Amino acid sequence: MKSLSEIETTSKRASRATGFSWGIAEEVGKNIRLLELFGLPGVKNLTQYYLDRKSKKYEELKVLKQKNNSKTLPFCPIIAGVSFLDHSKTIEGYKELMIENLAYPLLFLPFLGRASEIIGKKISLSFDQYEFLMNLNVNILVNKSLKQILPLANKLEIKIHDNEDSFTDMEWKNLYNLSEETFVEETESLKQSAAGAGLTDND
Amino acid sequence: MKIELRNPNEVMKLSRLGSFHQSKLSFLRSFLSEFKNWEYKRDLFDLDNDGFGTAIYSFKKKERIYSLVCFANKINDDERSDRVIATKWDAAFTLHDGTPTKADIERLKNEVPKQEVGRLSYKELTLSRANKSVRVFDHVVNSLSEGMQPDLDLLSSVGYLYRTTAVYGSGKFGLADRFRIKNREEINGPFRLEMMLVYLVRQFTFDQVNHVAKCKNPSKAVSLDKSICKNLGIGNSTGLGMAPFIVNHPTLLNNWILTRETALKKIREIKKVKPQDSLLFKNSLKKSLANITSWNTESSYQQKKIRDLLKDVQKLIKFIENDFNFDEDYPFNQIYLWLEKNSCEECTEYVVSLMMEPFDEIIKPLIHQMSSEEDQYFNIPTSRKINELKKILENKYSEILNIDFEKKENNHKFWFISKNKEEPRLADRYVEQGSELEQPLAIARDIKKLYERIEFLDQDLSIAEFLKENSDLRHVVRRAFIIEKFPYSEIQDNTISESIIPIDMLRLKLSFFGALKFDPRSDKWLRICMFQGAPLPTDLENYDDQWVYNLDQ
Repeated sequence: MKSLSEIETTSKRASRATGFSWGIAEEVGKNIRLLELFGLPGVKNLTQYYLDRKSKKYEELKVLKQKNNSKTLPFCPIIAGVSFLDHSKTIEGYKELMIENLAYPLLFLPFLGRASEIIGKKISLSFDQYEFLMNLNVNILVNKSLKQILPLANKLEIKIHDNEDSFTDMEWKNLYNLSEETFVEETESLKQSAAGAGLTDND
Repeated sequence: MKIELRNPNEVMKLSRLGSFHQSKLSFLRSFLSEFKNWEYKRDLFDLDNDGFGTAIYSFKKKERIYSLVCFANKINDDERSDRVIATKWDAAFTLHDGTPTKADIERLKNEVPKQEVGRLSYKELTLSRANKSVRVFDHVVNSLSEGMQPDLDLLSSVGYLYRTTAVYGSGKFGLADRFRIKNREEINGPFRLEMMLVYLVRQFTFDQVNHVAKCKNPSKAVSLDKSICKNLGIGNSTGLGMAPFIVNHPTLLNNWILTRETALKKIREIKKVKPQDSLLFKNSLKKSLANITSWNTESSYQQKKIRDLLKDVQKLIKFIENDFNFDEDYPFNQIYLWLEKNSCEECTEYVVSLMMEPFDEIIKPLIHQMSSEEDQYFNIPTSRKINELKKILENKYSEILNIDFEKKENNHKFWFISKNKEEPRLADRYVEQGSELEQPLAIARDIKKLYERIEFLDQDLSIAEFLKENSDLRHVVRRAFIIEKFPYSEIQDNTISESIIPIDMLRLKLSFFGALKFDPRSDKWLRICMFQGAPLPTDLENYDDQWVYNLDQ
């Protein structure tokens, strides 16, 4: 089994060899490490993408808008990802984005995961039958098993979620009521003796 | 009195970093301190009459066990090489997490002797190999087998029976990634498991030499005297492989240097020094003269440094004995100021290390601040502005910005990874081919390039906008925002100049390991000794904390 350290170093070097700058290669190294740590096929997808780059061309999506469409060449997931990461505080305002024709979408995921941590909000992404939830870079949730290479997402939708509860007020109230059963009802005597502060603060 | 931390522009110069010495902060000393109460055992010692076979040593505390698995193999004299191109070694080692099963030992027997071309698993933590100093090893075997102790002059001139030629950890060749074990309290300090491996290897070398001598002449042989063992360490040959590490781990480098600088600052700020503390310092200083006079090297570069060191330490001792009173206020500050005025860098840094000896209450808490969660500082704060970046560059790289990289001598070398051994190398870009595959280790040059590119830009531009068209400088933009928070994270020197002495970079790291007696064999590799004078594993419980300065020469 390869260690994550080996995966990061080799991905970084391969990215540089493919033509990315050292700075971007560093980003890719970290990302593939994250994908593999979270159980997603990062090495597999990166390797195939870099093999494809030898014979195919990709468009660089350096400015992300709400709707991004490349009618000719597929977008490079790494440049699109760097762009998302670097502009995440601006993009946060969009709430929803759409990218059509994005190559190797799995390679785009960890950029969103890291952006999720930076802006402090969960980000979800869906394409074809897959749905992912980027959870502040702590983990990536996916709705079904994913072991294969995904060479293209025709239409990819991204949602930036506001920090909201995932439960109703009633559900919370019920839980809170239960938690109250660990509290002790205070008698007058306890009120006077069990707290550290004095009985008057007018001194 | 408040003392300022020393200026990174002075401390982080290569000549200064290349003058660092071991101290109480060094990893091998903090390793001994952490593991002194662990149960040490030799679990297996299955060697044939010639000393070839398998041995296992362990440290245990409660449920935690670390086991060193040793494989000693027969190799021919013409196969023995310290260079990284070697494929066979006298012995190979791995530190296993827990107690290895029979199946583990069989697996490791196949993989560990292969080193870089073998595969380890997440159950192994570190990996190493070592070669005998044949001259010393054979002499010791012959002497012991004849019932005599070996020639101490010979032993003292070399200092070890074996020398390691690499120690790997942190995920190399399939070893466990650091994240798997980083929360263990006992390894809350850098390179602690690498230190454990080397320490246990040292014991293996004593056991092996005794075993071979005994097998050679069972009726007459004696064991190597324990006091002689104590004065032997483990040698190590180190090349350029170490140099990129300190560039590639800026926050870790910062934390190492910052703890050292913080220790110095706090010691200089002590108003009244207790008599027992000043006595301990003076005794350590005087005893350490033996470390200097027994420091052998054929390198004229190092010989001069040793001569200057000896001369200046003697001058300091004379000053302290004749013209100095420890009862005065802030005595260590006075000594430091005297050193700055009257001694070479080598001596100043030597004494800075010695000043730490009496002050466990200052040093011990600092040891736990020497690791780094590097990933936390990886993201570039891209919403910040160019004017902020410019200020950082001007404040933190002021001397770097004065270097003229148009001059050939300042842009002379390039760092690359060799294809056959995947090891870092340094070459002349005007003579050798391959500079188009240069590694990103020319930080000074790239920082200067970054400054020139942003100098006349719209200062209100965001870093994100800048990076859109300047991806080639992304790696140094990241570093600039790191140095803003971590003042000692960057070497303030040109790592590609014609005059660079790469062993300065190695020595910095090795001093933090706790190495003694740096012996440069060229400007690109050196030999050192580790654990010379250290307590044996059976004597760990109540050992003398100043063992480094108490060598029997």
